[in-house]
Amino acid sequence: MSRLQVVSGKGGTGKTTVAAALALALATEGKRTLLVEVEGRQGIAQLFETDALPYEERKIAVASGGGEVYALAIDPELALLDYLQMFYKLGSAGRALKKLGAIDFATTVAPGLRDVLLTGKACEAVRRKDRAGRFVYDYVVMDAPPTGRITRFLNVNDEVAGLAKIGPIHNQAQAVMRVLKSPETEVHLVSLLEEMPVQETADGIAELRTAGLPVGRVIVNMVRPQVLDAADLELLRTVPRTAVAKSLSAAGLGGARRGGHAEKLVDPLLAQAEEYAERYELEHEQRAVLTDLGLPLHELPLLAEGMDLAGLYELATELRKQGMS
Amino acid sequence: MSPDPAEATHTDQGGARRRLSHARVLDVDPLLDDPEVRIVVCCGSGGVGKTTTAAALGLRAAERGRKVVVLTIDPARRLAQSMGIDSLDNVPRRVKGIDDAAGGELHAMMLDMKRTFDEIVEGHADRERADAILNNPFYQSLSAGFAGTQEYMAMEKLGQLRARDEWDLIVVDTPPSRSALDFLDAPKRLGSFLDGKLIRVLLAPAKVGGRAGMKFLNVGMSMMTGALGKLLGGQLLKDVQTFVAAMDSMFGGFRTRADATYKLLQAPGTAFLVVAAPERDALREAAYFVERLAAEKMPLVGLVLNRVHGSGADRLSADRALGAAENLEERGIVDQEDGKAGLRNSPDTHGSSTSSTDPAAPVTSAPDGGSPAATENEESTARADRADLDKERSVDRLTTGLLRLHAERMQLLSREQRTRGRFIARHPEVAVVEVAALPGDVHDLEGLRNIGDRLAAHRAELPEPDAEA
Ligand SMILES: Nc1ncnc2c1ncn2[C@@H]1O[C@H](COP(=O)(O)OP(=O)(O)OP(=O)(O)O)[C@@H](O)[C@H]1O
Ligand SMILES: Nc1ncnc2c1ncn2[C@@H]1O[C@H](COP(=O)(O)OP(=O)(O)OP(=O)(O)O)[C@@H](O)[C@H]1O
Ligand SMILES: [Mg+2]
Ligand SMILES: [Mg+2]
Repeated sequence: MSRLQVVSGKGGTGKTTVAAALALALATEGKRTLLVEVEGRQGIAQLFETDALPYEERKIAVASGGGEVYALAIDPELALLDYLQMFYKLGSAGRALKKLGAIDFATTVAPGLRDVLLTGKACEAVRRKDRAGRFVYDYVVMDAPPTGRITRFLNVNDEVAGLAKIGPIHNQAQAVMRVLKSPETEVHLVSLLEEMPVQETADGIAELRTAGLPVGRVIVNMVRPQVLDAADLELLRTVPRTAVAKSLSAAGLGGARRGGHAEKLVDPLLAQAEEYAERYELEHEQRAVLTDLGLPLHELPLLAEGMDLAGLYELATELRKQGMS
Repeated sequence: MSPDPAEATHTDQGGARRRLSHARVLDVDPLLDDPEVRIVVCCGSGGVGKTTTAAALGLRAAERGRKVVVLTIDPARRLAQSMGIDSLDNVPRRVKGIDDAAGGELHAMMLDMKRTFDEIVEGHADRERADAILNNPFYQSLSAGFAGTQEYMAMEKLGQLRARDEWDLIVVDTPPSRSALDFLDAPKRLGSFLDGKLIRVLLAPAKVGGRAGMKFLNVGMSMMTGALGKLLGGQLLKDVQTFVAAMDSMFGGFRTRADATYKLLQAPGTAFLVVAAPERDALREAAYFVERLAAEKMPLVGLVLNRVHGSGADRLSADRALGAAENLEERGIVDQEDGKAGLRNSPDTHGSSTSSTDPAAPVTSAPDGGSPAATENEESTARADRADLDKERSVDRLTTGLLRLHAERMQLLSREQRTRGRFIARHPEVAVVEVAALPGDVHDLEGLRNIGDRLAAHRAELPEPDAEA
């Protein structure tokens, strides 16, 4: 398992959720993981039901078996000041730059500078060692930008190294790229069994590969349980309404005769089953497309009760079971 | 579960029960027909259905007789294909296959951000200067899309389309941002950069060479550019400076147009629709957005609650459906344990069924006993009975599935009701329209028409929270 785990995927597919579950899953006995958020949305804090995270690594969870999960919400502005401090001891000049709007500029408008800082910070955490020369974090899991931006995001250092041909930024950018393009890194994509996310996953993988970035696995999230199997769906097409009415009646839902309670349920229930069948068919197709990508595929169930901390641990257990840690 | 205030009922003047959760219904057709309405903006957080809603509204308005252009951003591939806008040329294309009996037209285009940016440069700078900008590496990175550029370019394009005054109605989709607020924030951010002091610092050295001379460049500024130069590396700083210098003459234009578009958005001819999914996060975000629009004096007309789930059998609760499913499963187990096919008395082993009184019920009870002479006959009867019973069992299995499916649907539905209730409690003034989740996705005109019909049906797809007796 690579030490830097990057989790991307189409918006809303569950990047933050999966990244958090993965950080928990990887924090097995005695291991320590760092969960990094780069989009400044405090999604991790929400998920772990804690207060907003400061720009500071702090422990947010203990995994089963005693592992620890730390979290860091990278604030690009503070990261930039950090960075200036590191290279130039620009304490007061840094503040002056800030007054000028340079920090705003660098973190929002200037191409990629913001992304340079974010990826740089994550890579720094990957490489950081303690006094004894051991890695401080066994794994770093990044809740990354969505598929549409991930390649550019990770590759920004290449671009910057090209723009700034010499100097500290150039060196820093190259050091980051060395981590990102090595087997130390894996980029996972979260998908749903729906057309657009699957399409984005396929496109994203192609893009990452073209850029020479290491693609990891596909995690299919929010998989709905199978309620009707192939035999049921087959029967659905031919079953007489009256037979269903009788069965419903036998289940205790009222009269099977025309106008009876059970009978009145038949049409709406069959309509719901038709919808299920249609969706089942679509999901089946999309799963086949994902399988054809030739990457390891993992599936996480849709938690019917919605997400909470317990659900997150459940997903982590599921990832462990499926050999993702 | 504690009672949610939003889900309480109250009685209005007519004495009819009116749900607070349906405080106001958004009427889409009058909006689309209103000649005063010239721009409809569909915004919302990522993946909620902005593009679909924008396209569906555009199609509907066109089929109701208006000349419409839809500005889409990143549409799903198949949808773009079906509208004939899968090639990116950054100009509106007439969409074929619509019903033009009412005299309307539908045009559509997909925003090409880089191209829009390039066009602005080409349109506002002389040839030489334009080339200098277009070839600047800094510009190339900027225009290819960093946070905010897409939002800004969408606004530019909208301004351009509106200025042409060729259409009765412009329907605008917004970029797939992580947050709905990005759409309002990004152009401002760019604007504040353009107005900022930084630009002057960046411009300063470029002007030093010129006759403007050193006197404008105070010590603080030169220290600043020195720091920037060290940080960015000489070449990059030079690229940035040439870019800023070359763009200098255009900044005013950017600013002016951004302001003009912003005013356009506030004008009465504009209607904002917030699209949201009936999920907690999405609706929380929609609520923030509603508040932001109000603060910015942008005219919000309503909320499209997209992909909600209803049920034709919403009087059957999840619990009862699950209970009934268990009854059927038990019945299957009893039969299996019985081992003797056809020797069942009544199908109504649980006493709650009325099926035994149903004349249409099959005769499942085989004749008891029988004389030894009838053994052969009996065996075939037993075989036939077993076949019947097997069939019945598989119907029972299917029915069990139907009931479990229904229970799942009802659980989802009540979660959606709670979420909707919370939003409406916070913003009772916002008119809402609900669009059902279709089982497949929406990728052709037929699908868009269907969504359009649902948008206009002002039908509550989600039942009332207390539909369950
Ligand atoms: N397996 C699951 N079961 C149920 N709900 C889930 C599951 N995974 C994610 N969710 C929910 O789906 C929503 C989106 O998830 P999440 O925020 O992790 O996605 P994201 O990809 O990070 O989104 P964004 O693109 O906005 O950052 C959240 O409300 C989350 O609680
Ligand atoms: N009511 C609906 N029923 C079923 N599918 C729908 C519905 N509305 C939208 N979809 C589907 O959901 C997916 C996302 O919709 P759409 O692209 O319109 O969202 P969006 O808000 O524009 O997303 P983005 O933020 O990525 O631009 C599409 O595949 C679309 O077909
Ligand atoms: Mg997220
Ligand atoms: Mg869209």
